[in-house]
Amino acid sequence: MKTGEFLFLLFEDVPILISDIFYDWRRQTERRTGRELAAGPSERARGTPQLLPSAPCASSRSPAAPPHVRVRRVPERPWPGSRASAGLDYSRLDAELRLGFEEPYRGEVGRRQQKEVKWEEIRPHGGRRRWPVRGRRRRLGRAPQRRELRASAGERLAGPGEAPPRAQHRPPRAPPAPPGLAAGPCPAGGAPAPALAASSSAAAPFPHGDSALNEQEKELQRRLKRLYPAVDEQETPLPRSWSPKDKFSYIGLSQNNLRVHYKGHGKTPKDAASVRATHPIPAACGIYYFEVKIVSKGRDGYMGIGLSAQGVNMNRLPGWDKHSYGYHGDDGHSFCSSGTGQPYGPTFTTGDVIGCCVNLINNTCFYTKNGHSLGIAFTDLPPNLYPTVGLQTPGEVVDANFGQHPFVFDIEDYMREWRTKIQAQIDRFPIGDREGEWQTMIQKMVSSYLVHHGYCATAEAFARSTDQTVLEELASIKNRQRIQKLVLAGRMGEAIETTQQLYPSLLERNPNLLFTLKVRQFIEMVNGTDSEVRCLGGRSPKSQDSYPVSPRPFSSPSMSPSHGMNIHNLAPGKGSTAHYSGFESCSNGVISNKAHQSYCHSKHQSSNLNVPELNSINMSRSQQVNNFTSNDVDMETDHYSNGVGETSSNGFLNGSSKHDHEMEDCDTEMGLQLDAFSLLAYSDPWNSPVGNQLDPIQREPVCSALNSAILETHNLPKQPPLALAMGQATQCLGLMARSGIGSCAFATVEDYLH
Amino acid sequence: MSSRHYVDRLFDPDPQKVLQGVIDMKNAVIGNNKQKANLIVLGAVPRLLYLLQQESSSTELKTECAVVLGSLAMGTENNVKSLLDCHIIPALLQGLLSPDLKFIEACLRCLRTVFTSPVTPEELLYTDATVIPHLMALLSRSRYTQEYICQIFSHCCKGPDHQTILFNHGAVQNIAHLLTSLSYKVRMQALKCFSVLAFENPQVSMTLVNVLVDGELLPQIFVKMLQRDKPIEMQLTSAKCLTYMCRAGAIRTDDNCIVLKTLPCLVRMCSKERLLEERVEGAETLAYLIEPDVELQRIASITDHLIAMLADYFKYPSSVSAITDIKRLDHDLKHAHELRQAAFKLYASLGANDEDIRKKIIETENMMDRIVTGLSESSVKVRLAAVRCLHSLSRSVQQLRTSFQDHAVWKPLMKVLQNAPDEILVVASSMLCNLLLEFSPSKEPILESGAVELLCGLTQSENPALRVNGIWALMNMAFQAEQKIKADILRSLSTEQLFRLLSDSDLNVLMKTLGLLRNLLSTRPHIDKIMSTHGKQIMQAVTLILEGEHNIEVKEQTLCILANIADGTTAKELIMTNDDILQKIKYYMGHSHVKLQLAAMFCISNLIWNEEEGSQERQDKLRDMGIVDILHKLSQSPDSNLCDKAKTALQQYLA
Repeated sequence: MKTGEFLFLLFEDVPILISDIFYDWRRQTERRTGRELAAGPSERARGTPQLLPSAPCASSRSPAAPPHVRVRRVPERPWPGSRASAGLDYSRLDAELRLGFEEPYRGEVGRRQQKEVKWEEIRPHGGRRRWPVRGRRRRLGRAPQRRELRASAGERLAGPGEAPPRAQHRPPRAPPAPPGLAAGPCPAGGAPAPALAASSSAAAPFPHGDSALNEQEKELQRRLKRLYPAVDEQETPLPRSWSPKDKFSYIGLSQNNLRVHYKGHGKTPKDAASVRATHPIPAACGIYYFEVKIVSKGRDGYMGIGLSAQGVNMNRLPGWDKHSYGYHGDDGHSFCSSGTGQPYGPTFTTGDVIGCCVNLINNTCFYTKNGHSLGIAFTDLPPNLYPTVGLQTPGEVVDANFGQHPFVFDIEDYMREWRTKIQAQIDRFPIGDREGEWQTMIQKMVSSYLVHHGYCATAEAFARSTDQTVLEELASIKNRQRIQKLVLAGRMGEAIETTQQLYPSLLERNPNLLFTLKVRQFIEMVNGTDSEVRCLGGRSPKSQDSYPVSPRPFSSPSMSPSHGMNIHNLAPGKGSTAHYSGFESCSNGVISNKAHQSYCHSKHQSSNLNVPELNSINMSRSQQVNNFTSNDVDMETDHYSNGVGETSSNGFLNGSSKHDHEMEDCDTEMGLQLDAFSLLAYSDPWNSPVGNQLDPIQREPVCSALNSAILETHNLPKQPPLALAMGQATQCLGLMARSGIGSCAFATVEDYLH
Repeated sequence: MSSRHYVDRLFDPDPQKVLQGVIDMKNAVIGNNKQKANLIVLGAVPRLLYLLQQESSSTELKTECAVVLGSLAMGTENNVKSLLDCHIIPALLQGLLSPDLKFIEACLRCLRTVFTSPVTPEELLYTDATVIPHLMALLSRSRYTQEYICQIFSHCCKGPDHQTILFNHGAVQNIAHLLTSLSYKVRMQALKCFSVLAFENPQVSMTLVNVLVDGELLPQIFVKMLQRDKPIEMQLTSAKCLTYMCRAGAIRTDDNCIVLKTLPCLVRMCSKERLLEERVEGAETLAYLIEPDVELQRIASITDHLIAMLADYFKYPSSVSAITDIKRLDHDLKHAHELRQAAFKLYASLGANDEDIRKKIIETENMMDRIVTGLSESSVKVRLAAVRCLHSLSRSVQQLRTSFQDHAVWKPLMKVLQNAPDEILVVASSMLCNLLLEFSPSKEPILESGAVELLCGLTQSENPALRVNGIWALMNMAFQAEQKIKADILRSLSTEQLFRLLSDSDLNVLMKTLGLLRNLLSTRPHIDKIMSTHGKQIMQAVTLILEGEHNIEVKEQTLCILANIADGTTAKELIMTNDDILQKIKYYMGHSHVKLQLAAMFCISNLIWNEEEGSQERQDKLRDMGIVDILHKLSQSPDSNLCDKAKTALQQYLA
């Protein structure tokens, strides 16, 4: 985690190298933030629901039919947010764009500008797969898909059952929750909770339409995202209301299941009744908080506010039973899994606002009254507790606030304190007992990173100044560098040729890779950048040089990190911790076991143990993952492809079988090819829905796939250790979240990538 | 090299060699207290000061001299004293006039070190009136000048005079913008400045509330500095600023920045996780904040189990630290007194007004024992705080009758009252007032241990607060007391003192003295007994007060005394034979104020009461005076109480 800082400290004398690395890291981060900024407008742009794919409509942007390879135009799509973050020189940009008519190859500036475009163009995968080649319709089918995704993340609890009328427009092949999914998401630490899984899967797929996404829900979404950025709501949804299913019959719910009232007799304690929230509190919250306002204390004010585990008897007030904890209004006592309370705080009654804060880092809980902290009530809390309230006499009414409204207590201030604490803990973590060990390790990491990506001059200089040996021969690095340059310049033909010369058997042994390269070559031909059609476009050698030979640092062929990121960015409900999920073998939900065996290092053993579980969790995601993947054409090179899950029945294939391997491959390749071919269907392929394939940024995954393949033949790691370490840290955080270790909430990897 | 050699080199004729000598000296003294002491003994200071002030010295040399002097000041207090003896301050202040920033900074750093020492009289900063404006001007020079000057101000601002001087030279405007400085140290020192400027100073506080820095009001900036991720020092100091502004009346006590920010922050400072110093400061500041406001007391009492948290303050030095760690034991011991007195102060504030909170405090484990122990501690601070705490708790009737009795609180209290300094006496005697209340079981033992003499002694004090407390306690003591006690009081107090008190400039003293008289003159035998011995003087005093310019309450109290006298058997005659008094009673019966009418009415009723001997003559005499007509009139009074009394009185005539 400290790597970044250390690098700066240790190698001030070689600033260029470091800034190179950080340039790359920064770019990744910027891209993400840039995209987030961009998401708004693009969403609105496609606001109107699209029609059924089978019913073509007269779109305002009617795609002109004649396929014409030679028509080239630089797409001009302004991206205020991303532009700013990329720090472009606009005057220069304009000049280059104008030049673009003559010059098929766009220099760095143009390329980067296009890179941002990509984010807009990402869209679900399935639609296209279903109706290949008919580009015009594909585009129509896409929008609702995307919308659905966003909605299911954003409004998963909007109310089961009321499918908006728009739902029928959805392509039939995309039932939002495949049946197999229900068994999937169970939190790592606790027992499987069937009810939870059922409710989440039931709630998620039937979102309201935009119209129903009222202001309150938007605010709730915003607040939850801000309070609990590390929570991956796909995996562990946050409580948003009381559960109409998980309550005693004497409890009545109203006002979007936020208001609770008592409707029993209230004669004896046997008439007590409780209700739990829809979901347990995810550990990745770090600090979790909700408030309850006492609307009326009713007859006796026997109200209890607290927490309870799944399955605790609801015919009781919170706190009376095992795994149940409560603070009661009549006597101000706290009940810690016991029928007798301990003096805790003041009593509470009509008009009071009682808050309950769960600290998942030290597993304690404290309450607040009208914004004042009352001190620790419980310690050693078990994981997976649900917000719970219990009432016992007629007339008792309470309202919950799970984030719908601003909290009376300043919970963010409390979170700030813990964030600082955790970060101080990380900063002060003791490293390396022996002198210099740590420094040597860091130097090795930097060096291997430089070598991996073929910054040979820099690597050499660095190795010299830090007394290190470079494992790979200089010539070999240079060769790889040359090939990478070619790929990144779009000169695929030359790249393939050079590869075959230098590594004769490589592509033969790797037909998939070769295919990918060829498809890319085809795309570059359309682009007019490939060497074989160079004459047509008049490629400018100058612009080639201006392309920085810095493939994105952490892209590895099989892992396709960028679409890992895409997924997270497009699904607003997902936490950001998993951004780099692509880096490690077990991270991608759709990786088959075989993939694991093939290159898992001993390092990964700990994660290996979790493979079945991770897979099962990830299965639930696979639907969405898959929705995106085939769009990222070039990333499909991996033989453990993601691109399978577009039908619901395929959802479970991912987790287990390698038999489907070949079938997947074919499938993927087909998709690749079809996507590439469909470029031909447009007179203006750059502005076409599949035009993003032409984006130079799409060369990068191809490039790193090829680079990794070459390295593999030399028995060198496919990924630089630096990327591995990053990926591992990210994974570790995810694992912490699943294992109920709350401190993961305040230790995102991005915080350390400045 | 010997110390001597370093000093010798300062006298070298070659300026270059002198410079090198100073630089070497600088390197030699850093962190070496022994070396510092040696150099001072060998007379390096005057030479350095000479070089520093010499026109011919190069700026570089001057700067190095200032640096060495600063280094010497960093040593022991004795070092600072020696430097002060050489008049270092005027020399350094003179150096601030130099155009060279480096030199100015070195001078300021040295001044800072000297002024932050406890042995330096802060007045030295204010002797030359041009110094403060010049320092204000230097605030803009660099972040170092900002840091050092703020630090000097915050250490040298003691009392309202200094506050006013700094305020009048624009300290608020000059320092406010430093709160947004990039340097943490500057921000921190600026914050400290504001805390000393605002302390008990309404003028500064009112100004601070409205100061804008970068479009934000100062209180908002302070609130931001209270955030929990800020360094503790910063949280604590900004909480102090807000507390002082609140106590100075610039921020309301129900303002969210007090209720939801400052108060919780100060409670956090009391938690076990904080350093002992921080806990002391936190508790003291919190005690000061909530002292006058019952609502804040209630909120604090429920926040984060504060009352239980404070109980930990008494656990130092802990039994563990004694064995395992000598250093820690030393540290604990040093702070143990401070911790205890801070806890007592906070308990005192918490329990000042709310009965439930008092109950909670007393129910805290061993609380009463701790307070009782605190009363006999050697440290005056702890004793004072313990008495204050006890005083707060003694306002509860229930506690007086239970815990106070169980723990024989009176015993250590009486001890505290012997030869105690005034500040303790004030609190302790006012607590004694509560303990002497008639229902207090402690009353008897206190009387037996010679409280009467002690209290009578207090009434002769110069300090009005002590006089009030003394007479108040006597008043409480006399309430429904036995004849013997009353006689004791009268004897100890002496009538001369009594009359002196009746003409006391302090209204409270007068009121309580009248109350004492009234209490002394209750139940018939006592009245007759006292009036037979002191009747003349008392009647004189009553006449005097009724004729004097006094407010309604005083007159009412006096009429009540008359009514009591009228209740006596023989004492009645003192009134009946005094026409002057009778006329006065008549006058007050027709007074516009109901309270006075009622009090006069009591007098009359007592005089005409049928069953008593000689009532007929008294009734006749009063009828002749026209009292009956007034009674008739009063029986029509809209005030039901008065009306009833008048009717009862008339019935006495009919019977």
